[in-house]
Amino acid sequence: MTAPSPGSEAGSDAAATQDWWGTEEACFRYGDKLALDHVTFRAVPGRVSAVVGGDGAGRTTLLRCLAGALAVTSGRVRLPPPLRIGYLSAGSGTYPDLSVDENLAFRATAYQLPAAVARERSAALLERAGLSGARDRLAGRLSGGMRQKLGVIASMLHQPDLLVLDEPTTGVDPVSRADLWWLIAQAAANGAAVVFATSYLDEAERAVSVLALDDGRALGSGTPEEIIAAMPGTLRVSDDRPEGEASRRAWRRGGRWRIWDPPGRPGEPREPGRPVAPDLQDAITVAILARELAGAEAGSVELEGGSPR
Amino acid sequence: MWAMIVKEFRQVRRDRRTLAMMIVLPVILLIVFGYAASFDVSKIPTVAAGPQAAALVHSLGKPFDLVATAPGEGRAWAQTQLRNNTNGADVAVITGSGPTQVLIDGSQLFSAKAALGALAAVQEKALAEQASGGPVQRPQVTVLYNPELKTSYIMIPGLCGVILVFIGTIITSLGVVRERQTGTLEQLAVMPLRPRDVFLGKITPYFVVACLDLAIVLAIGVAVFGVPFRGSYAVFGLGALLFLFVTLGLGVLISSVSENQGQAIQLSVMVMLPQVLLSGLIFPLSSIAIGVRWISYILPLTYFNEISRGVMLRAEPIGPLWQPFVFLALLGLIVFTLASLRFRGFLAPAAPRHGRGRAPAAPQPAAVDAGRAGQEAGGGQEAGAGPETGARPETGARPEKRAGAETGAGFAVPAAAGPADPPGPAGPADQAGPGSAGGGR
Repeated sequence: MTAPSPGSEAGSDAAATQDWWGTEEACFRYGDKLALDHVTFRAVPGRVSAVVGGDGAGRTTLLRCLAGALAVTSGRVRLPPPLRIGYLSAGSGTYPDLSVDENLAFRATAYQLPAAVARERSAALLERAGLSGARDRLAGRLSGGMRQKLGVIASMLHQPDLLVLDEPTTGVDPVSRADLWWLIAQAAANGAAVVFATSYLDEAERAVSVLALDDGRALGSGTPEEIIAAMPGTLRVSDDRPEGEASRRAWRRGGRWRIWDPPGRPGEPREPGRPVAPDLQDAITVAILARELAGAEAGSVELEGGSPR
Repeated sequence: MWAMIVKEFRQVRRDRRTLAMMIVLPVILLIVFGYAASFDVSKIPTVAAGPQAAALVHSLGKPFDLVATAPGEGRAWAQTQLRNNTNGADVAVITGSGPTQVLIDGSQLFSAKAALGALAAVQEKALAEQASGGPVQRPQVTVLYNPELKTSYIMIPGLCGVILVFIGTIITSLGVVRERQTGTLEQLAVMPLRPRDVFLGKITPYFVVACLDLAIVLAIGVAVFGVPFRGSYAVFGLGALLFLFVTLGLGVLISSVSENQGQAIQLSVMVMLPQVLLSGLIFPLSSIAIGVRWISYILPLTYFNEISRGVMLRAEPIGPLWQPFVFLALLGLIVFTLASLRFRGFLAPAAPRHGRGRAPAAPQPAAVDAGRAGQEAGGGQEAGAGPETGARPETGARPEKRAGAETGAGFAVPAAAGPADPPGPAGPADQAGPGSAGGGR
């Protein structure tokens, strides 16, 4: 139960782990709730990684641990020094009563960027993000998407080694979203290990690696392809909602119903729907569903009176 | 309407602070106005200098209350007693060569007025006795420091204090809690700034503005209202500095226990109101009932009032003012320590507070300290903690609250939510409010 001393760990592992930042078997407890349950996550320099999961899955907690805002309850974290971490908190983390330029100037000073470098980088990033015309506007007067872009620019201004973005694209229109993706890709191209959290699974497919969280636990991790390949069982798509037991394994997507058939229980020919190849969204949904169903069987007493979902 | 009433009651019940304010504030006001709000002076501390002076004071009767006697001394001693407020003396009676003199400290407005009234009554009585043949000696009455007994003379030094409380406590508390509300506190927490830098950086502007305001109020007081500034600027400045530290610290403290600006304002008002009412600013301390007066002595404004009036009106040197200075310094130390601890608490990464008692001995090396150290060395930070020996999550006993858990609804996500809506894994609402995690309250 003794904690490994940070110093000695860093010493012994330094050479082997230089190529990633992240957590190993990290746990984080809020009161009685284990918000992170032995989560291992690695962010690799030059790559974009995604952390996906629904509300309460532990995404924000994991990201806050990665940003250095929270210390894990147990397990280990490997992070660059604070000066080399960039963080976009949920919301944009910008001051609404400061102008775009003033927000960036504050960030640049806090991260000890020389004024000239800061000016040059700010100008380039604002230009690319389409914010050049709004430099004197108060951040509070920006649209949601513009503010979000400002937040991302502010967090990557000092070209961090690890860039942690909590829901950078939530509430952002498609055009601004494209700008945001350009900024994020740019940060990775500059050598940063980029981690972003999202509840949009289609966005996660842009990442090189994905960690899916549910209820604080890792459901799966790897490249999107690996996660899709690891999906157990098969998938059907149907125009009609299935009935009976199958309804517990079905969900609606794009006006149709997806039905998951666990391994060993292939869909019978008389059942509705036709087979479909799963994408990342399906694979993660199935992972969550499979766990819920397993949990329901194991703990049917607790779940009595309510469907698993 | 019923729905509205029920909703409102529910909200009021949740907001304990407002509830407390609604219930506690009237009680406080009642007590303050009942016991404290009195301009009547029942006791006037009096010193006697010269032969027979003590006897003379005794013969004057109420409300004069003899607190010190010096048969061998004269006017100089008596005046020093008043200037330094020794034993709280407001009146001095001097006998000896020449006619009897009475010195009244005009900086204690209400005591001075009461003393003048009482003396007039005594003289009237003496005049009546003279008519029946007795001899009478008319004492020579002098009002010092505020000869015209102007209210502005005592209000303006006190107002300096109120302004410092206003800026120091209310404005500062708003400024700090704003970071929490805009969600920027979380951003600050991960920036490579030491908590001390953030703390000092946060309060310095308010400090500067408060100093400026103080100078303006003083200048207006002296130039427009003709309030004298007889003492040392340095002593006054030192007093203001100490006082400002207390009020700024209170501001940060209030911020750190408030969720939003509304709460901060509420708390600030609760801190400010008693200071205005009980510090001797309006009602003389000696008129406040003992049961309530003790509160006066834990309020910083009480001490600043003593300093500002003493220095401005009576040219009191720092020596006799040691008590208010020491108390202010003490209050400052306590408030500032608490404030910086709280502030550090919600800035620095830490294990969740609630869990500390329950999670069996999860050692918590401060990741940030490791990081800060590494930062200087140019290395990375790595932090570990002991293995989670506390109970593993309760398998099966999953949280009850489930988004969209409807019996028989199946595993359905409303189509309206768009093409990309994963079934939200259920669980309590996302845990990471900026304050609840880092701050713990």
